[in-house]
Amino acid sequence: MPDSKTYKLSFLVLILILLGCFFINISFGSVYIPFKDVFNSLIDGKIEQESWQYIVQNYRLPKAFTAMIVGSGLGISGLLMQTLFRNPLAGPFVLGLSSGASLGVALVILGSGVFGGVFAAFFVSKWSIVIAASLGSFLVLLAVLMVSIKVRDTMAILIIGLMFASMTAAIVSVLSYFGSAEQLQQYIFWGFGSLGNLSWHELFILFLIYSMGMVISIVCIKSLNTLLLGENYAKSLGLNIKRSRLSIIVATSLLAGTITAFAGPIAFIGLAIPHMTRQIFNTSNNKILLPAVFLFGAIIMLICDTIAQLPNSDYTLPINAITSLIGAPVVIWLLVRKRKMMF
Amino acid sequence: MSSENQHIVLKTEALSIGYVSKKAQTIVASNINIELKKGELVGLIGANGIGKSTLLRTLTRVQPELNGNIAINEKRLQDYSNLELAKALSIVLTESLVSKNLTVFELVALGRQPYTNWVGNLSEDDVQMVNKALEQTNISDLKNKKCFELSDGQFQKVMISRALAQDTDIIILDEPTTHLDMYHKAYVLKLLQKLAKDTNKTILFSSHEIDLAIQLCDKLVVMTDNQVVSDEPCNLILKGTFDKLFPKDLISFDDETGSFRVNK
Repeated sequence: MPDSKTYKLSFLVLILILLGCFFINISFGSVYIPFKDVFNSLIDGKIEQESWQYIVQNYRLPKAFTAMIVGSGLGISGLLMQTLFRNPLAGPFVLGLSSGASLGVALVILGSGVFGGVFAAFFVSKWSIVIAASLGSFLVLLAVLMVSIKVRDTMAILIIGLMFASMTAAIVSVLSYFGSAEQLQQYIFWGFGSLGNLSWHELFILFLIYSMGMVISIVCIKSLNTLLLGENYAKSLGLNIKRSRLSIIVATSLLAGTITAFAGPIAFIGLAIPHMTRQIFNTSNNKILLPAVFLFGAIIMLICDTIAQLPNSDYTLPINAITSLIGAPVVIWLLVRKRKMMF
Repeated sequence: MSSENQHIVLKTEALSIGYVSKKAQTIVASNINIELKKGELVGLIGANGIGKSTLLRTLTRVQPELNGNIAINEKRLQDYSNLELAKALSIVLTESLVSKNLTVFELVALGRQPYTNWVGNLSEDDVQMVNKALEQTNISDLKNKKCFELSDGQFQKVMISRALAQDTDIIILDEPTTHLDMYHKAYVLKLLQKLAKDTNKTILFSSHEIDLAIQLCDKLVVMTDNQVVSDEPCNLILKGTFDKLFPKDLISFDDETGSFRVNK
């Protein structure tokens, strides 16, 4: 291929930027730690204060890894969805995954008031929220899958996903109406999204499921490329459409489902990252796009997190707002400049 | 005739085509018996709504046959696995692609999918086949262009090239000349004729360009209201098959020129 050399260079640059962003991300936080000491605490070198090493190793590092997993995972599930649904507006959440997760969390946080106080103490712990979010998105996914076996038209599946989203949103509103102010606040905070709440142990579980989703995505590369021709051509090339559609949906739900469960609903990344990557790499070949989206998603998420941290202040802005505030103008700018939505 | 000992690639016997719903069968056409030989260019003609697309969809296994039998290389169509069929039969459709942001080379290379490994890497042989397909359709110079930059005529050649790269015995095209001007209609059909001869593939296409098809095809399959006839174009003219193609109030077939005339 004529362009493979320039792609190699772009990948090298992206990897370097990723490393740079990673180091900048762990260098900033509410406590000021000099660069030298950040570096030393990574390699167990000599540091001025013991607590600095603790902060870097147990707070900033897991947060940076979470950011990378969230960015790359959501980006790739967006890429999968956009190709599968032949729709540039598709993202991991069009299948109703995040609304399913919201419903699960709303039931746990707000529902404890409705169903009586006995459960409240037991329910509202961190793991119960993670489990509720996973269960919620999994159940919505199962419903969508069952529909997708019956309905052959991918567009119809997309709309059904949107319908599921409005139904769950309605149930959440009803629950909020009966919830107490305190519970509402807790629910809204979950909705802000958060990268910094994960311990190494939780991060490990997130990483395990994320890896499974990644492996399935990589196996899907060939069928994704075939699907660029449309389903009829894909079938004529020997592709088993049903099986590929199933594995793409499963990969998406593994990635987006667990990420939403652990980090809350992170807006925008899944939709925007694939578009940004397409504009930069100017190709639809998924063999190039998939690794590029991976790197690019991780970079953008690290940058967003660094900004959300408001370096050297005590405040942390909701990550969900930052991803939209930074990402949306970038996509608009790219599209206006290139005047064309590549797909 | 030498064509008698040629290998039969596609054969239908007493084939009925149509649609099945829960309540009833709708038969579009029945008793279709056609034989397509190696290296033949075959045109499928008939009025709108007569069932050309249904026949092509049935032959490419997009929809099941109602009755009768279809065999490709003497093996029943139902017995082919998806992958086997992909190596025996390729298609060019009228529908547009999901993404036109692929380069011509990338698009043609997708024709090699049934032969590539799990991630779709092209071997040297694959690259050679792709380049050969590009040469055969005279589009080597477009190789690095994006598909959205092409004209309709160029794009049709790219899609034919992709089908060639798939390296199948049969290529089936659904109305390959729609949207094209007169010159490009003739160009594309002439190209198909040359490809059938050079590559010894069987090429079946549906078309409304009856006069061009009469001049270029080795064989025509004509669908009329009550029967499906297939023969060489001259024999069909002699038999007066084309007269039955359309209602006679507006146009009639002129045997001398081999084309339709508007009634005066």
